[in-house]
Amino acid sequence: MWSDFFTTSVIVATLASAVRFATPFLLAALGEAVGQRSGVLNLGVEGVMLCGAFTAYYVRLNPSGWGWAGGMATAILAALAVGLCMGLLYAWMTLVMHAEQGISGIGIFLFGLGATDLLFQKQVGVPLPISGLRPIRIPLLGDIPHVGDILFNHNVLVYLAYVLVPVITLMVNRTTFGLNIRAVGETPEAADTLGVNVNLIRLGAILIGNALAALAGAALVMNTNIFQQNLTAGQGFIAVALVYFGAWRPGGVMAGALLFGLVSSTVLQLKTLGIVSGAASALTAMAPALLTIVVLVIVSRRIGQPSALTRPFDRNA
Amino acid sequence: MTDVDHLSVDSAKGDPAHRIVRSLAGLTVPIGAVLAALVVGALMLWALDASPIEGYKALFSGAFGGADELADTAIKSMPLLLVGVGICIAFRAGVINIGGEGQIVAGAILSTTVALALPDLPRALLVPLVLIAGAVGGAIWGAIPGALKAYANVNEILSTIMMNIVAAQFLSFLLQDLLIEEGAIRIQQTERLSANSHLPLLPGGTRLHIGVLIAIGVAVLGYLLLFRSAPGVRLRAVGHNPHASRYAGMPVQRSIVQALALSGACAGIAGAVLVFGSESHRLIGEGGAAAFTQNAGFNGIVAALFGGLHPLATVPASFLFGGLLKGGIDLQQAVQVPGALVVALNGIVVVFVVSSLKLQTRIRDWAAALGQARSDQHVE
Repeated sequence: MWSDFFTTSVIVATLASAVRFATPFLLAALGEAVGQRSGVLNLGVEGVMLCGAFTAYYVRLNPSGWGWAGGMATAILAALAVGLCMGLLYAWMTLVMHAEQGISGIGIFLFGLGATDLLFQKQVGVPLPISGLRPIRIPLLGDIPHVGDILFNHNVLVYLAYVLVPVITLMVNRTTFGLNIRAVGETPEAADTLGVNVNLIRLGAILIGNALAALAGAALVMNTNIFQQNLTAGQGFIAVALVYFGAWRPGGVMAGALLFGLVSSTVLQLKTLGIVSGAASALTAMAPALLTIVVLVIVSRRIGQPSALTRPFDRNA
Repeated sequence: MTDVDHLSVDSAKGDPAHRIVRSLAGLTVPIGAVLAALVVGALMLWALDASPIEGYKALFSGAFGGADELADTAIKSMPLLLVGVGICIAFRAGVINIGGEGQIVAGAILSTTVALALPDLPRALLVPLVLIAGAVGGAIWGAIPGALKAYANVNEILSTIMMNIVAAQFLSFLLQDLLIEEGAIRIQQTERLSANSHLPLLPGGTRLHIGVLIAIGVAVLGYLLLFRSAPGVRLRAVGHNPHASRYAGMPVQRSIVQALALSGACAGIAGAVLVFGSESHRLIGEGGAAAFTQNAGFNGIVAALFGGLHPLATVPASFLFGGLLKGGIDLQQAVQVPGALVVALNGIVVVFVVSSLKLQTRIRDWAAALGQARSDQHVE
């Protein structure tokens, strides 16, 4: 049985889907990292991902007759718009109302879980598959044996996620906005005395985080091609943990996302090949959560989180 | 529903206007938050082509309309109260426990296993035993992230969420394999548990069982522990300032583990009450762990915050919140929309209640400043 797994074609397929499965983790965790660098913890990623996934699925299911590119672009843009709206809600909760950040995300999660399930049952009913994004094989690089299949034959959201890693690294480290994000995440009072608008910077970071979380949902539904209740199944929460794993750096976050992508694709491959089946598959479904705990134990020794994480800024305090 | 400490202290000082503003802030802010959530819910109903008025009528009569309804509301609020008392303990000790869901499941699994293993014990022994087993199961599930936080510096918010996922999958595994009812229909549930393990009904002809007394008893114990005992002072000191507590010679790490274990124990009892107080008298995993817990692990947090993190004030807070959830089911049935509406409404209530909490303290501070200014004037 296990010999079925260790063949070149299966391993190449597993690694290729690992790169693809890592995409939702990566997009969501990159956004969360930006938010946390500004001092805002968002546990609502799971709920935002669900809303983004449902929006993209629903728009794609009822294409407005704008042709392939139009329908797909609308689906992704609609997901982004929903993400931005939920970002505004979260900004109101945390920046204006100073809600406890460890808990407020749970409200967003429950809302996203219930609302998407409700709309799915009400508006869709029968789970119909959508035609997801087509893989694009990159010229030359895509022709390298095996490596091309693993790395250079994916849909546009996958490429976008990996391109965002250096982009966000540069943004955080080399732009004024990024510097301000880090300043308000470490010592908001000092940033404030220098004339930085703390809550405006945090609003920007929250909006980036929520937009990327919604995009992560869209990327997820473009992988599965179908929506179902609780489609994310904890991936948004794991994405939050990946930020700790990656020590708040995009490169580290990417390593974590790839690790979880690999675990997910391996588990799926083992199920497909019938190596694990029935009740045992529930045990393998624990693997990502257990792995997260182990990883947190390992990385927590060297943790240096943004000093103002979860601390609301109040100029009068 | 407000911070009882605050009220009892407040009543002794400050001028009347100041006092009224403070207690009004304590009452109106959370109620306003719930009303705001209901307005958003009405908009959702309207968008779904359902009548909000008819829906909310069904909600209130379903929650508080009669003896049976009140009993069902009390049943619904038991797990919220039990989890909520645990949340009071954890939060007061400075630990954010998001793991109620998993701790409920762990308590349910261990107590069900005990009932399946010892079905012939007399009821007077088996009922306390399954409740204790529930507490132990929840305590173990809480102590793990507690120890990880205390000794390995692992963020407890993340680890407790992961423990929820692990518990849910473990429940699904057990109910597909070891604990599943023998028979042709493979539904994810255990057999009907021994009659000796059922929680006795209270007199009155409703479905109300002794779980409600247990939950209130746990709330009283939680209050005594936190505010009337030496370990409670230690837990709260650690929560208030871990560095100073360590300097004062308190075992900070051990306190964190204890707080999460106690918190988990409360949630674990809720798991046992959910199984042995249910009408089916089985552990049912069909539809996922959230269908079993009904999100009580999360909602208990809101009930506790609503109650100002005071175990006794959490009693009425849980009852009101439980009424909202119970009535939500009636609403959903009355206007014929999918049950997921209740979960969405639940989320909106959490969003508004959590957002309103700081507003409450801000209004209180503002009133205190006002009162201070007035008394200064009097002195002059």
